[in-house]
Amino acid sequence: MSKQVAILGCGMHPWGKWGRNFVEYGVEAANQALAEAGLEWKDVGLVVGGDTMRNGYPGYVAGSTFAHALGGTGVPVVSTYGACATGAQAINVARAYILGGLCEVALVLGADAAPKGFFAPQGGERAADPDWLRFRLLGATNPVYFGLYARRRMALYGATERDFAQVKVKNSRHGLSNPKARYRKATTVEEVLASAMVSDPLRLLMICATSDGGAALVLSSMEYARRRTTHPVTIAGVSTVTPRYPDNVLDMPAFSTDSAAVVPSAGAPFKDTIARHAYEEAGIGPEDVDVAEVYDLSSALELDWYEHIGLCRHGEAERLLREGVTTIGGRVPVNPSGGLSCFGEAVPAQAIAQVCELAWQLSGKAGERQVAGAKVGVTANQGLFGHGSSVVVQR
Amino acid sequence: MAKVRKPAVEGWFTYDGEPALIGTRCQECNTFFFPKETHSCRNPACQGTSFEEVQLSTSGKLWSYTNNCYAPPPPYVAEDPFRPYALAAVELDREKMVVLGQVAHGFSTADLAVGMPMRLVVETLFEDEQTEYLVWKWKPARAGS
Repeated sequence: MSKQVAILGCGMHPWGKWGRNFVEYGVEAANQALAEAGLEWKDVGLVVGGDTMRNGYPGYVAGSTFAHALGGTGVPVVSTYGACATGAQAINVARAYILGGLCEVALVLGADAAPKGFFAPQGGERAADPDWLRFRLLGATNPVYFGLYARRRMALYGATERDFAQVKVKNSRHGLSNPKARYRKATTVEEVLASAMVSDPLRLLMICATSDGGAALVLSSMEYARRRTTHPVTIAGVSTVTPRYPDNVLDMPAFSTDSAAVVPSAGAPFKDTIARHAYEEAGIGPEDVDVAEVYDLSSALELDWYEHIGLCRHGEAERLLREGVTTIGGRVPVNPSGGLSCFGEAVPAQAIAQVCELAWQLSGKAGERQVAGAKVGVTANQGLFGHGSSVVVQR
Repeated sequence: MAKVRKPAVEGWFTYDGEPALIGTRCQECNTFFFPKETHSCRNPACQGTSFEEVQLSTSGKLWSYTNNCYAPPPPYVAEDPFRPYALAAVELDREKMVVLGQVAHGFSTADLAVGMPMRLVVETLFEDEQTEYLVWKWKPARAGS
């Protein structure tokens, strides 16, 4: 039995700091995706909204908020949240409805209006919330965790600050012509290394910003898609896996890892299992991947992802980068969109935007940043509190 | 008059004499938890629901480190003017667990290297007019007291 669903249309409101209501970004993205699909709003049988935690109650019930804004058709809704993995959760719910025969066409969308600066926890005195306590007791911002990973990469694998800068240089070139990207400016290794240190060894230009943005996908059953197009782009695998005990890599927002004193470590670290699950669903392996969109919250993290998604073994990411394998024109371009480096993060939209980019790449619509002949793409990211997120897109 | 010394979070560490982090140990499978798990064991192979409090190892190896060059947002109570400080993730030998903490006052990332031995200390996190609020920190072990 086919477990695939079709991507009929994609849409994105450009990323930026626009200062408007997040609902507007979502509605614009939805209308673009419907137009690309050649469908109308009334054709949608399910809306899955990715929640935002930074825009009050409408953000917690994003499915209904977007459906209401698009016009009251009585459509069923679902709202999902998985931090940075929210989009993958939303896609997975829509896929389950479609594969279960509960609807033919689903609209998946997420949008955010983000505050400037460091992400901070929700307000109040919340001593039982580790996300509040990590700020209170340690000042452990997100870049602190990114800095720990980067420093460990340097110690274990000989990564250098120039490597981290080179990732930024690559992504800034990739994103130059992307009309949806917020930052479209080429940069140099020297400029990156001259920017202010934030969390050693990571500098300002190595860390992604927070952004406003919105992304949407129109998904359908394969039968429905075949009535409209001969060769649709499909979603062939979705991963929303969680860590196995004992998880022995320190992850946001935790104070500690699990203890491996009694139960030995499960083997593969959590992040290695994320894309693996999506590959298994799709019946492919990392050697089949032509293009990837991964979560470069920091430019050093992009190198971690090369290994986690299986493009190379642990410790080999710097070699891939230095040889140009992950640059457009190389064997497996990574973040042809420009990545978070050029977008900044709009949390509930980001994992959906990754899939939009791959769908455009696989259907030859990526313009100057086109990866020639791409047939298989994979996305990867991870949400706070142990949310895996990976989608395999095929044509 | 001397200020009252008080932990910034209740019941996570001892601070008189030799300080130590307070965790729990599942009485069924013996695995460790920090912060304390007191309700049900998170080892999926274990149904344990009773836990004993244990003091964790006070030394370990530096897993990785970084710093904050800018003041973190509230609820962190930042010094004014802000001074950058380092943070360390330390792997405890016995518990095979990595615990994050700030690095002791007077030490920066220049004093740190992955793999070096570290030990636990307790220092002031922030203070108000009456009270010094305490937190655990990591200090290079060879630095003495």
